[in-house]
Amino acid sequence: MDFIRAASLDDALAIKAQRPDITPIAGGTDLMVGINFDHTRPSGLLDLTSVPELAEWSESSGVIRLGAGVPYARIISELGEHLPGLAMAARTVASPQIRNRGTVGGNLATASPSGDAHPALLACGAEVELASVRGTRRMPVAEFFTSVKRNAAEPDELVTAVHLARATGPQQFAKVGTRNAMVISVCAFSVALHPERAEVGTGFGSAAPTPRRAADAEEFLSGELTSRGMWDDPRPLPDTVITRFGELVAAAAAPIDDVRGTASYRRHALGVLARRTAGWTWDEYLTGRQTCA
Amino acid sequence: MSAHVNAPSRTSQDLSESITGGVGESPSRPDGNLKVRGDYAYSSDLGAEDMLWGATLRSPHPYARITGIDVGPALAHPGVYAVLTHEDVPGDNRYGLKIVDQPVLAEDVVRFRGEPVALVAADDPETARRALELIAVDYQVLEPVTDPKRAAHDPALPKLHPDSGCENNLVRYQPIVRGRQDVRADVVVSGTYTLGMQDQAFLGPESGLAIPAEDGGVEVFLATQDLHSDRKQTARALGLPPDKVRMTMSGVGGAFGGREDLSIQAHVCMLAMHTGKPVKMVYNREESFYGHVHRHPAEMYFEHGATRDGELVYVKARMYFDGGAYASKTPVVVGNATTLGTGPYEVPNVDIAGWGVYTNNPPCGAMRGLGAVQPAFAYEAQMDKLARALDMDPVELRQRNAVEQGSVLHTGQQLDYPAPVGELLERARKLPMPPERDPAAEPDIRDLPGGAANTTHGEDIARGVGYAAIIKNVSYAEGADDYSTARASLQAVGGEAVAMVHTAAAEVGQGLVTVQQQIARTELGVERVNIHPNDTSVGEAGSSSASRQTYITGGAVKAACEAVRETLFERAAAKLGHTPPDLAVVDGKLVSDSHGVLADVVEILGDEVIECTREYHHRPTYPLDPETGQSELVHVQHAFSVHRAVVDVDTQLGLVKVVALDCVQDVGKAVNPDAIVGQIQGGATQGMGLAVMEEIQVSDGLIRNPSFTDYLIPTILDTPPMKVDILERGDPHAPYGVRGVGEPPTISAGPAVLAAIRAATGLDLTHAPAGPDHITGTAG
Amino acid sequence: MRLNLTVNGKLYETDEVWEGESLLHTLRERLGLPGSKNACEQGECGSCTVYLDDVPVCSCMVAAGQAEGCSVRTVEGLADGERLDTVQQSFLDAGAVQCGFCTPGLLVQAHDLIERNPEPTDAEIRESLAGNLCRCTGYEKIMDAVRLAAQRKAVS
Repeated sequence: MDFIRAASLDDALAIKAQRPDITPIAGGTDLMVGINFDHTRPSGLLDLTSVPELAEWSESSGVIRLGAGVPYARIISELGEHLPGLAMAARTVASPQIRNRGTVGGNLATASPSGDAHPALLACGAEVELASVRGTRRMPVAEFFTSVKRNAAEPDELVTAVHLARATGPQQFAKVGTRNAMVISVCAFSVALHPERAEVGTGFGSAAPTPRRAADAEEFLSGELTSRGMWDDPRPLPDTVITRFGELVAAAAAPIDDVRGTASYRRHALGVLARRTAGWTWDEYLTGRQTCA
Repeated sequence: MSAHVNAPSRTSQDLSESITGGVGESPSRPDGNLKVRGDYAYSSDLGAEDMLWGATLRSPHPYARITGIDVGPALAHPGVYAVLTHEDVPGDNRYGLKIVDQPVLAEDVVRFRGEPVALVAADDPETARRALELIAVDYQVLEPVTDPKRAAHDPALPKLHPDSGCENNLVRYQPIVRGRQDVRADVVVSGTYTLGMQDQAFLGPESGLAIPAEDGGVEVFLATQDLHSDRKQTARALGLPPDKVRMTMSGVGGAFGGREDLSIQAHVCMLAMHTGKPVKMVYNREESFYGHVHRHPAEMYFEHGATRDGELVYVKARMYFDGGAYASKTPVVVGNATTLGTGPYEVPNVDIAGWGVYTNNPPCGAMRGLGAVQPAFAYEAQMDKLARALDMDPVELRQRNAVEQGSVLHTGQQLDYPAPVGELLERARKLPMPPERDPAAEPDIRDLPGGAANTTHGEDIARGVGYAAIIKNVSYAEGADDYSTARASLQAVGGEAVAMVHTAAAEVGQGLVTVQQQIARTELGVERVNIHPNDTSVGEAGSSSASRQTYITGGAVKAACEAVRETLFERAAAKLGHTPPDLAVVDGKLVSDSHGVLADVVEILGDEVIECTREYHHRPTYPLDPETGQSELVHVQHAFSVHRAVVDVDTQLGLVKVVALDCVQDVGKAVNPDAIVGQIQGGATQGMGLAVMEEIQVSDGLIRNPSFTDYLIPTILDTPPMKVDILERGDPHAPYGVRGVGEPPTISAGPAVLAAIRAATGLDLTHAPAGPDHITGTAG
Repeated sequence: MRLNLTVNGKLYETDEVWEGESLLHTLRERLGLPGSKNACEQGECGSCTVYLDDVPVCSCMVAAGQAEGCSVRTVEGLADGERLDTVQQSFLDAGAVQCGFCTPGLLVQAHDLIERNPEPTDAEIRESLAGNLCRCTGYEKIMDAVRLAAQRKAVS
């Protein structure tokens, strides 16, 4: 094993091109567990924490470019208003110490179905920015997750950023764990209202081989809101609509039994989270309030 | 330690920091300053020049025959100094606390996943790990025995310990019968209750440093609950006389029963003696789950019969305890569970039986509340069920049947000391309740089930209140000669009288060092009391377990100090010619009511040191009759506590927030009230963890969650404010009247929390922990 | 590999650091600073918490090489010589220390909390310390200690 510290993005990409097998390390919050417990022995470590291009976020024309190396703690403190769903998700990541180190880039690279950022990224319709010496490309986050802990990045590519539209409507994120802090999600759900295009975004985690959208639920809810004219004239959402939304989200799940919970609990809980978060976002839309993490 | 070996760069320290305060006060810990500075030397902090690192190869199978081991490639790996197997165990390849049945390194068979098979010593930890990979072990995998009930009764299963002398895979069977067996009751409730496997989850991993000595012996620095027990077992494995195995206690990062059995002890010594170099071993958290015993999981059938006005008529119980691959404390678990299985209640007719068995599951042994935790979940659930059947208040039902001084338990033992269970219940009921949740107020999500994970803003929250009362024995029982040894000394240092206390009693965090200082201050009338490091150069103290150390080692320290004081008085009489009969030592001076100050202790001492060593034995206990379970005095003392839990449950998601967990406990005499409160709150939190989240999940003999990512213990956000109300009803048989404190709150907290969840949800909830899937009926 | 870093104000240069090793291991086994504790080595318990360039992190999750040129402050660097930091003194006075294995990490994390938020509410203390497991105390006296430390820092 060797250890290489990249000083710049060009430097990092050049190394990754030469050494596609090298393992990038940022917050280390996943990789170091594997190394400490002798579950993995990478051929080398490529440290990205000194790459300035990864460490910042910027906004242009209502779109946030969030550098892959911005830690969760900064997302909470700096982006709570811009990206409320992601900031709420960030607040549920492990502990303050981990949030000081862990990054969305690392979460994406690991591509675990339980990654806390993923449901919020899906609900916002985020795009993942991938870079290599061959160039830079962007892809919808929904296409980025290919199977359990697998993603669409090529061996010479690094996750360099995510691009998300600044929130135009309420967003929520909720996560179930079996204690009241410091948990890997048993299941998680995020919903975002996009009133400017009369759409609803969703994402859920830990209830399928990859993080997923609940497309039928999105279409159902946006359809109901549109057909009832409620985007422009918001009124309380009928219980039947909320209930159906929850059912459709649960139906989109393909969970398994594992050490953290049963499939049947996950499906059930996902429906509950979907109903509640949909209710909260609509309530915010109705009253014009916004929740920050 | 002797001067000719390498000194470890850090070893445990003399605790010379002295803080005023005798028995009944709350001085702070003498080791506190070192601990907050990061300077307290725990067993994983040690190092020595030219030191090697040890590592352990463990079985990947729960049950398999070993057909061959090839250590050649590992031994040839650069940086590797030793690769050892069972053939290299110098002495007897067997150890065990109660039954000597466990190999130091597996021979022809492995009986649990994680059983040590081979050892490596290498230059550094990574080299040692790579060498482990190079050891080739051929296994013939066998079908594991995993069902404890079948293990008890099915002769068709393989017998895991053919020489055990018990039928099938039994470790111990104990029935207790008393009164009539043909009685009928107006109201009968029954239920089957199961309890998952709990881990001690102490934070300091198993670790230690062994240094070979020139006399052919070995110096060991380690963390344990009982130095002499470790030494006896280790010396046997090493084929050495015990005095060649010199053990010194390093800092202990929590224990809770998990350090009663050997872990690294014999292994690290073997590697050190084989290589002739200091060797350090440190488990990581995953290995720790394989490297120590856990709390016995249990399946328990209980039946309670009562009169229509709520008087218990009979209790029938059948309890199974899965001891896993080796016996460890299984016999004691069966003894405790059956003798305490009726709870703190008077029951005229009892038919209880307990089975402890061998299986190929992870070995189980000591954990806080040993053998008393399991039945408490069952009998307290039953008491609530009975109260519902009788339409009676659950506290009133308990009070109506509560034991008191003079009560005769189902073993035939009469309680000849205070047993104020009714009073504990009354006080628990009267403790102020936490404020009701205001549904109109904007909630802080951190106060709700799910916490910061934002799962509810107040929807579907139901509050419940539950009570539990429990009984626990203190100290060793069933005829064990339970004792401790203390050496106390007094001398003048720099014009001040200074005492020193030396025992082998393990300070595991509970505050025994503080208590020893307090006792010496009280008995010797001096302020400065040094605590000598624990080691095997003084007599046995027994284990820091069974809530016994303040009682037993406290008793020994008191006796040793009294002997020192008597000697001091004799010297004073000799020097002063005459001393009055009411002589006492106060603030370093010899005083008497009649004569005032007679002399400074320093003057009497001169250049001499007074040193006395005393043993303290508690009064004898007696074994249980193997067929009837009767015994005139099976336990030397019982302790009692009551918990009241208040919970908010998210009934849709099955998430729980414990809102309050308040305790009333009789401690006999509060030697250090603040430390007692800390013990009760910490103990209660472990009990709460077992009720709602803690379970080592085992399937087919494999642990599925050997990590702190998936074995969850309560965080500070899971833990509520905890009021503690301490009663002091002294036990006339115990030094100062003390009663064991450490275990009862762990036992009563869990059943109270489960009772509160049942009250909030109306569910039966017969399994602990009650996870979200149980509460939502989606356990699958 | 060679590693240069500053710990508690002192410059360390150490050789033969294994590339996969954690900062925690380096501190404990190479630099003679075992105050930061090795309880879980998976970022779950917080007992290894140190300041890394003024930000509290789990040192078990930091690859040693990532700390090259950085400034680290451990529990051993909290006291000013003989004088304990207010947080340390408050943990002692409140009886928040039992076995003490969680204490070093809790001290650093609580120290940071009070620096950033001098008057934390109970809920804020709990959320901030949720990544520091303690198995002995039940956290009540830790809450007392943090409240006491905040009060003392406010008046000093």
